[in-house]
Amino acid sequence: MNPNPAPPIAFSDAAFALSLGLLLLSPLVIAGVAIINVGLGRSRSAAQSLLGTLVVISTAVIAFFAVGAALAESSAGFDHTLRISGKFWDWAGAGALFLRGESAVPARAQLDLFFEALAVALAAMIPWGSGADRLRLPAGAAIAAALPVLVFPFLAHWIWGGGWLAQLGANFGLGAGFLDAGGAGCVHALGGLSALAVVWIAGPRKGKFPREGLSTAMPGHNVVYVLFGCLLALAGWLAWNMAGSILWLNASPTTLVITAINTLLSAAGALVAAFSVTRIRFGKPDASLCANGWLAGLVTSSACAALVTPLEAVATGVIAGIITPLLVELFELALSIDDPAGAISVHAAAGLWGLAAVGIFAPRSGQFLAQLVGISTLLGLVLPVVYLLFSLIDRVMPFRADPDGERLGMDLHELGGGAYPEFVIHRDESYR
Amino acid sequence: MKFAGLMVMPAGFFLSLAAILLFSSSIQRVTFVVCGLAVEAMGLIVAIRGHLSNRGEGRP
Repeated sequence: MNPNPAPPIAFSDAAFALSLGLLLLSPLVIAGVAIINVGLGRSRSAAQSLLGTLVVISTAVIAFFAVGAALAESSAGFDHTLRISGKFWDWAGAGALFLRGESAVPARAQLDLFFEALAVALAAMIPWGSGADRLRLPAGAAIAAALPVLVFPFLAHWIWGGGWLAQLGANFGLGAGFLDAGGAGCVHALGGLSALAVVWIAGPRKGKFPREGLSTAMPGHNVVYVLFGCLLALAGWLAWNMAGSILWLNASPTTLVITAINTLLSAAGALVAAFSVTRIRFGKPDASLCANGWLAGLVTSSACAALVTPLEAVATGVIAGIITPLLVELFELALSIDDPAGAISVHAAAGLWGLAAVGIFAPRSGQFLAQLVGISTLLGLVLPVVYLLFSLIDRVMPFRADPDGERLGMDLHELGGGAYPEFVIHRDESYR
Repeated sequence: MKFAGLMVMPAGFFLSLAAILLFSSSIQRVTFVVCGLAVEAMGLIVAIRGHLSNRGEGRP
């Protein structure tokens, strides 16, 4: 047990009301990402994709409240700690299972819990989008049950709950410790790295990488959904980043407007960059890659919107917008990674870039090193653990639908009916 | 091969942890943390190469 708990920070009624209001708008991020995932998948799997999102969110939230919240929670003085070299390493919370006694905890802690519940729902649905058109619903639910119990709570505690990453500043003089106010690491990098594990285990969609020639293009079935999802996600992201900066950085309400402006600037910079890159590469701008760039800008802003100047926010967004379409192309053409939602580029790469940008632009000495240690934890610890965990789940509950189901489409195979029953089903040219 | 690459990656993480525990100089710490990230990157490259070789075997 940690004998030196951090003192609780005063939280006014106005700050509580503001935070709650912002958190109530934050599910728009989830809605936006869900509709983007549907649009980027194929029409014969659209209903399964959206129903799967609801299943994943429901399972993740129940699993988190049953077990994960106890491990993520920071109960001052009662966390699990290790003592190494005279320093306390706070590695897990020690709350009660099934939220027992939660109504008696301070309002601030309840807000933290609500934010973490939304965060875990978003983190769990990111790999679901990457497994589109071949990942089975039971496998998606199993992933959504495992992440909030075995991975997310530890990361959330380390970063947001006063755990060892947050204490890098106090214990080792590394700036203010690892900073991730909007969940670029805890949500997006975790979700993106989980997406990589899912894609590796499930394999590519049938016909995606033929024996000869380049990979088969399998464009999303509805670009309008994708672009509308981007607008929907923006509304949620503004609220999400502001709520995160209040809860995890103790930002005063007067600084929130800059956080919102930086969020918008980052997304705008990323979109302009992605638009330009795809215009130069292909002769015309690519709508789905521009949407990926916009989302990558928003993901980057999750790490740094509250901590950088507007000019720096544009710069981080522009870099995210440049690297995202190039990475999507690299993953598909050179590395044979079939990621329909582009989640590995958008959530993992842009999230990690945002975390690094916080260190690059931070005024405090040692902050860059703290951010590098956090990135090292995500890459070196979280990715192998998630891959191992998913490999075990795959043995018990296979991720991939059988070939006949994949040919029929996940809607007919798993739900017995299509999302667009009045449409004529065309022959799929990708099966050669 | 993919598992081998992924098993290398935690070594990079522990190298980063050791850097902040064992050294007090910021230059030494940064050097070792960067080396830890490099080890993780090498593990990731091995895992990706494993994925590519599996892909060659499993092509339709």
